[in-house]
This record gives sequence, structure tokens and C-alpha cells, in this order.
Amino acid sequence: MARAVTQQRKIINTAAAWGVGLLIFFPILWTVLTSFKTEATAIADPPVFLAFDWTLENYSAVMERSNYARFLWNSIIIAGGSTILGIIVAVPAAWSMAFVPSNRTKDILLWMLSTKMLPAVGVLYPIYLICIKLGVLDSRGALVIILMLMNLPIIVWMLYTYFKEIPGEILEAARMDGATLKEEILYVLTPMAVPGIASTLLLNFILAWNEAFWTLNLTAANAAPLTAFIASYSSPEGLFFAKLSAASTMAIAPILILGWFSQKQLVSGLTFGAVK
Amino acid sequence: MSFNQALYAATAMTLVTASGALAENLVIATVNNGDMIRMQGLTQDFTDKTGHTVEWVTLEENVLRQRVTTDIAAKGGSFDIMTIGMYETPIWGANGWLVSLDDLSAEYDADDILPAMRAGLSHDGTLYAAPFYGESSMIMYRTDLIEQAGLEMPDAPTWQFIREAAAAMTDRDNDINGICLRGKAGWGEGGAFITVTGNSFGARWFDEDWNAQFDQPEWKEALTFFVDMMEESGPTGYATNGFNENLNLFQQGKCGMWIDATVAASFVTNPDDSTVADKVGFALAPNSEGVDRKANWLWAWALAVPAGTQKEAAAKEFIEWATSKDYIELVAENEGWANVPPGARTSLYENPNYQAVPFAQKTLDSILAADPTNPTVKPVPYVGVQFVAIPEFAGIATEVSQEFSAVYAGQQTVDEALAKAQALTNDAMEAAGYR
Repeated sequence: MARAVTQQRKIINTAAAWGVGLLIFFPILWTVLTSFKTEATAIADPPVFLAFDWTLENYSAVMERSNYARFLWNSIIIAGGSTILGIIVAVPAAWSMAFVPSNRTKDILLWMLSTKMLPAVGVLYPIYLICIKLGVLDSRGALVIILMLMNLPIIVWMLYTYFKEIPGEILEAARMDGATLKEEILYVLTPMAVPGIASTLLLNFILAWNEAFWTLNLTAANAAPLTAFIASYSSPEGLFFAKLSAASTMAIAPILILGWFSQKQLVSGLTFGAVK
Repeated sequence: MSFNQALYAATAMTLVTASGALAENLVIATVNNGDMIRMQGLTQDFTDKTGHTVEWVTLEENVLRQRVTTDIAAKGGSFDIMTIGMYETPIWGANGWLVSLDDLSAEYDADDILPAMRAGLSHDGTLYAAPFYGESSMIMYRTDLIEQAGLEMPDAPTWQFIREAAAAMTDRDNDINGICLRGKAGWGEGGAFITVTGNSFGARWFDEDWNAQFDQPEWKEALTFFVDMMEESGPTGYATNGFNENLNLFQQGKCGMWIDATVAASFVTNPDDSTVADKVGFALAPNSEGVDRKANWLWAWALAVPAGTQKEAAAKEFIEWATSKDYIELVAENEGWANVPPGARTSLYENPNYQAVPFAQKTLDSILAADPTNPTVKPVPYVGVQFVAIPEFAGIATEVSQEFSAVYAGQQTVDEALAKAQALTNDAMEAAGYR
């Protein structure tokens, strides 16, 4: 039976939700506001919230100094490529774990997740050397593969969870109708799991977009994405907060817009299977 | 087409082909600071003169350090030129990771490089990096506040005077701290400052046999003095303040004195950014009474060519351009004399235009007062003023500075921090085979 909620309680809950939401969003808002200030106003004490002379000079300085389009293009290729490749590898893996599990399936799933606990810096040098030997240092291809491998455990886990919700009998029926394995996955399983696959795609695209360890350490002039673009405006000897904020705003804007338009899919995908 | 026209066309084509064949695209790793940004803006001048193009990979200082160390150790070849500091240069030079710069052209006039900078960027007499700009540290103080306090800043004050002046200038009601100093953990942040403070009290990191010296009375005196003075007259939360935090406080008029990098002088006197631009004086870094060493460091950001680059000749051409006398003139023409990269060349300080800059002479005096081979009173087995030029130092000093920052934050006592610093330093040196 649903619990009765009073009007007063509703108002309190709504206000609390807005409060928490604004608290989480405030750093982003502050970054955006700072990007429109002069360097002197950016560090003013007490801080100025809205009553300042708005300027676009930081954006023009950033555009003049950096090739933003190249960083953006690299981010799109690296994040998009690693996510799509990850889905291609993970769908069959998750299918086998969900529908034809072995005695070791649970152990394998846990082992896959445990690889995420390894600090990335622990394997930096071997991976760096491999990239040099293969001649792929500072290339987008290398980052696509590395980020795909880094995110693969999460992709497999998410897809496995969605696939477990799909009745195995439907796939069995398809098989009885003569569907091959490929047809079963492509034409029966995938259409039913579209919401789950979409939210997995989105989440991993965001994770790959924000990844800042491998993208900083394995790139130089050619494959550097937006994380390197932001890092180039950080300075321990000099106050360039307004320019850093402008660069950060330009780097997060595409993913913020994507997240805004796909928030329904993200939420439905992430809460899929949470209530049974 | 006449014969002459054909000849001209053929000559032009040959020249274009030849210049195309020689033109290189150089990848340069660098830090993000005012001087480097200025250099990026002026790179077209280099391209116009040589035909070589330049791509910049700009990173935050610590990220850059990690990135270029990995690349050079693994012979990755990602960069043709690296911006490195005085700490890395002799170590990497000794490892054979850098190309010697002893063969730069006569017009470059390498003898014009300030001797202290040249010594710090060399190993066994070979120059491995050319200084783009050099710095020491000095006192920047508010002339109006010290006058109100009824004091006069000497050219070379002692720590005892500084403590007295800081107490006199402190005005908690108006949010003015007598003195702002680095307390942030990190070997290049608070670690650098407390090391030079230690030097000025006669303390040293190691004795001649590489034994840690934090159990000696000089370190206790230096650290106790620092903590007491900062509690009396420093800003709250100074344990997390580094260069940028103190720069912000000083520019907002909240510090009576700030002892830090000489390069900060151009920031605090810039009326566009600083609210106290016309009220700043300069003095040499202090020493404790009776100790013949000042609390000033020596540092340079320098350009080096990694061994194994395929573009060594073009890389050296760039270094000659970027660290030349002509480049200084170019910056002066475009940005004014106050913004030229300081602390690298003797001739700059002989230039009447630069002598008119208010902080020029004090910067030079501070640089000349630092001696990397004799940083403190007692003999030491290492080179370096605010660092010890051995590969293990960055890791050890970061841990030691974390212990000291815990004292500044009131989480442990001076004795506890020194005991931990002594133990961890000796352990690390033993593991590395020095003891």
C-alpha cells in the first residue's frame, strides 16, 4: 500500500531536493560565472556573484591561444570510439553471462570489477612502453583501446544487469524458430535491451570524456583531448582563474548539453531493475 | 617565358623545396605561466626567421614533471624540447638523457648567462639546459604599512626584525596579516620555503655521509621560529597556502610582507591585478642573526633537448631564439621592460631600460646571493639551495613537508614532526643505498 504523503511533507522534500541539487551544481555555476569575469574580479574578496562587468575576453584569449576544435574533435573520437568498441565487445560477453552462465560466471564478474581497484599509475610505465614499441604513443587509436579496456568491466556489468531482466524464454523461442546466435543477439536481444544499452552508452561516453589520467599521460601534440586542454590553463605560479574557468566551461559544455538532453534515458537506465 | 624568367622561377622553386625540406615541426612541452604564455604568443617571429613551426603542449607544473620524466626515461620521443627546472637538469644530464648545449653559436653568447644559472643547469661543466627565466626569492613588503608601524625596512633584514615588523603590521580587525608565507605540502611549495628558512638558521638536510639532520638543534630552532611567527602574524589556514594563495592575499592588500619568488614582483606591481601596486617595496630575504646564509632560493625554468630527438638542430635553433638577447628585446618592444623574462642574462641587468624597473636590482642581488654548492653554513654532500639534486629528493621532501604542514595545521608538535622527518629520510636514503 502506498504511504500517504502530506502536502507539507511534499514541500519539504521538494525544497530539500532542490537544495541538494543546487549545492551539487554550484561549482559548475561558479566556474561559468568566473569565466565571464576579469582576472582581478575572479579573485576579488569578498567574491562577486553577479554584479560585475561581464566580459568575453577570457574566451577570446583561450580561442586565440589554443586550437579548441582539435581538442574537441579528439575528445569526440576517443570517447565515442572507446564506448562503441566497448559495447561491441561487451554485448556478447554479457549475453553469455546472463543466459548461459557457468559455475564461474559470478567469480569472473567479480574479478572483472576488481581490476578497477588497481591504481592506474601502477601500469603506466608498461603501457607507455607498449605504446612506444607499437608506435602508437600520442595516437587516438591507442586511447580508444585503452579507455575501452578500462571501462569494459562497468559496461559488462551494466549490460549483464539489464539482460538478466529479459526472460530467457523469449530467446529460447527465437532459437526454436530457427534464429542463429548472431540473429538472436542482433534482432531479438538488442531491441529489447535498447534502453539499457543506451544508458550504458551514455554513462561510458561521459566516463571516457572525463578521463584525465591516460589522456594526459599518453598524449602530446596530436591526440590530446579536452582534459589536456583544461590542464594547459592550470598554473601554480600566477593567477589565471578566469581563463582556466573559460577553458573548463568550453570543455564541459558539450557533455553538459548531452547530459541535459538525455537525462530521462540516463535516469531510466540507471534505475532499471532497481525495483522488482 | 624568357630565359631570365625561367631562371628566376627555377631558383624560386629550388628555394621553396629546400626550405620545405629543412623546415621542422617542433613539439615543446612547457608550463603555464606568464612568461611562457608570452613566448607562445611571439612564436611566429621564430617561424618567420627559420621556417620551423612549433606546437605547444602546455601542462600544469606537476603534471608536466611526471609527463616528461616518463617520456624521457622510456625514450618516448614525444617532445623535441622540454621545459625543465634546475632540479631535474643536472640529474638528467648525468643520466645522459639530455643533449649538451655547449655548441650553441657564438652570436648566442652563452657566457652572458648569469653564472649561478649556468652552474645550476650544468653537470660536470656541460650546459644541458638554457635558462628561459631565472628567479630567487626576496621580501615584498607594503611600504605604507611598515611606515605606519614606525619601522624602516633594511636592505638585508634579519628574521628577528621580520618577526617584529610582522607583529607590528598585523591588524586582525582589518584583516591584515603581518606576514604571508608558504605552508602548503609539496617539495616545490612549502618544502622549498622551509628548506631555505632552515639554511638561514644554519640547518642542512644531510651531513657529509648522507645522514639526515632533522635531529639537530638548527632545524628545531628554524621550525619553531617559523611556526611561532606565523601563529602571531600569519593568515589563518596558512598550512594550505602556496604561491597563488599568498599572491592573492598580497594583491588584495591582506599581507604586510610576503617572502617568495622574485618573479612575483611583476604581478604585485601590476595595477591591473594588484590593489597595492604602488605601495610595494623590496628587500633581500632574511637570515637569522649571526648566520651567514639568507633564506633565498635559486630556480630557473630552462629549455632542454631530450637525447634521441630527430630534430636536434632545429630544437637548438629554437632554444637559441627563445633564450637570446634578441628575444628579450622582442618582449620589451611588445610588452614593456617590466615583462621581459628575468634572471637569465647578465646583459639584461646592464641595460638602462631594465635598471629603471623597480625590482630589477633586488632580483639580481637575490640571485647572486644564492650559492647552490654551499647552500648552508656547514658543508653538505649535495648541490641545490631549496632542494637536494638527487632523484630521491622529490619523494622524500614531499613526505617531510607533509609532516611540517601537519605542524602548521596544529595536528602535531614540532618535535613530533622532526622525529618523523628524521626517521623517514634516513629510511629512504638507506633504501636508496646512500647510507
